[in-house]
Amino acid sequence: MLAARNLTRRFGTLLAVDDISFEVEPGTVLGFLGPNGAGKSTTMKMLTGFLSPTSGTAEVFGHDIRRDSVAARTMIGYLPEGAPLYGELTVSQLLQFIADARGFSGPERDRRVADAAARLELGGVMEQTIETLSKGFKRRVGLAQAILHDPPVLILDEPTDGLDPNQKQQVRHLIREMAPDKIIVISTHILEEVDALCSRAMIIARGRLLADDTPAGLLTRSRYHNAVTLHVDDPERSASRLGRLDEAREVEVRNARVTVFPSGRGNLFQAVSRLIEAEGWEVQQLQYEPGRLDEVFRTITREEAA
Amino acid sequence: MNLKNVRTIMRRELVGYFATPVAYVFIVIFLVMSSAFTFYLGGFYEREIADLEPFFRFHPWLYLFLVPAVGMRLWAEERKYGTVELLLTLPLTIGEAVLGKFLAAWLFVGLSLALTFPIWITVNILGNPDNGVIVAAYVGSWLMAGGMLAISEALSAVTRNQVVAFILSVVVCFGFLLSGLPMVLDLFRAWMPQVLLDGVANLSFLVHFNSISRGVIDLRDLVYFALVIGFWLLANRIVLELKKAD
Repeated sequence: MLAARNLTRRFGTLLAVDDISFEVEPGTVLGFLGPNGAGKSTTMKMLTGFLSPTSGTAEVFGHDIRRDSVAARTMIGYLPEGAPLYGELTVSQLLQFIADARGFSGPERDRRVADAAARLELGGVMEQTIETLSKGFKRRVGLAQAILHDPPVLILDEPTDGLDPNQKQQVRHLIREMAPDKIIVISTHILEEVDALCSRAMIIARGRLLADDTPAGLLTRSRYHNAVTLHVDDPERSASRLGRLDEAREVEVRNARVTVFPSGRGNLFQAVSRLIEAEGWEVQQLQYEPGRLDEVFRTITREEAA
Repeated sequence: MNLKNVRTIMRRELVGYFATPVAYVFIVIFLVMSSAFTFYLGGFYEREIADLEPFFRFHPWLYLFLVPAVGMRLWAEERKYGTVELLLTLPLTIGEAVLGKFLAAWLFVGLSLALTFPIWITVNILGNPDNGVIVAAYVGSWLMAGGMLAISEALSAVTRNQVVAFILSVVVCFGFLLSGLPMVLDLFRAWMPQVLLDGVANLSFLVHFNSISRGVIDLRDLVYFALVIGFWLLANRIVLELKKAD
């Protein structure tokens, strides 16, 4: 179990992380969401023992990160922000160094290095110096060093930042593969990633934990949750007709798009479909809205500012 | 302190040295400069004495610039590129990392020093030098390099800018070199009691290096260098603890 207990960090007068507490069980992929400078990285730095909290602490399977730091760190694999690596080393030299530092030796060490390299498909670049690699490869080397010792806790600061769509897919696949028996904490500002990867999401802004929910739970906070959007030829006329539905609370027209918000009575989508059929409208597009994460994100982080 | 971790850090550092031109440039410059000083400024042949005094005489001044050049990157670079975060989240302590880096750099300077062996052979061909004195001087020179390295490593943790680290190190090493000379002592004489003044004078690298390089390895000189190195490594640990995440 990974637990943050009243984690707080000040930099001078700036309160970077303000009293954050949570607990995470194995099998969870926890996503930290937040604007830049929200305190995501600072929180991760404290969870990994790199930065000492001003007050509060974190615990990794019973090991206090302040008092029992080395023991806690053996259980964590960490990808720092920007995946910093020793550029002058080759990939193979770097992974061997990490394996040494993680306490592996002999054939076990070689096996760990080969295994991590294989999982991130680094076979072709093992003897290249890291500074000559593309950004995508560097990120993968950073991930390889984090998973090399098969840690029960993985803390990944923006693991897909700067990757192309295929590489992103690959990294997400890797995370999903490892998810069932590990605690994985990722930070991101890509909202779709939360939906695609995380089983739990936290929204952090100005150092404070503002929401802690499943991605589906966050979506129910959206005003678009269960709304229906359609493209029709005569939006104004359709809108007034849709507004009279018992299932509709409110109708919004934007360009040729009409969005109907649910009143909570009955099934709005079915009601709208029936109406379309009855009226014989020419509908180019009909869309059910599960909710918009970006809107939830904006609302929550802005409320805080106001 | 887990020595295996120290060795792991040390090995990584040494691999890093030889993966870049830094190591080769340093070794070549060190060998060229030390020979040039010996033969041109030291008058190695003209003295017609079979010893290496003209060779060792210039080591403090050579080290004054070359050792901070080795030491400046030790932490400044780690902090600039963020690799300090990778390093210090591995299951090892700051003390082990500081010591590992120091030993790697010290071994590396030791290797450069060892590569000056042709001059030792030369002087043995030309005459019959006192090889005991020469061995002592080599040890003294290496210890002095260690002292300067410990200073440079600690100051390298103060900033993420290598140039700043270099200049700070040169200045502090210069102070330590000269603290036995009247130029520095006069600064303190006016207001410092004699006991402290003697203390300042005794801090001098030059005094202790000269004493060893005359061929006498006195326990006091060894303790002096051990204390200087120990003090600065400890300071390094504290500075790093405070500054690592800035």
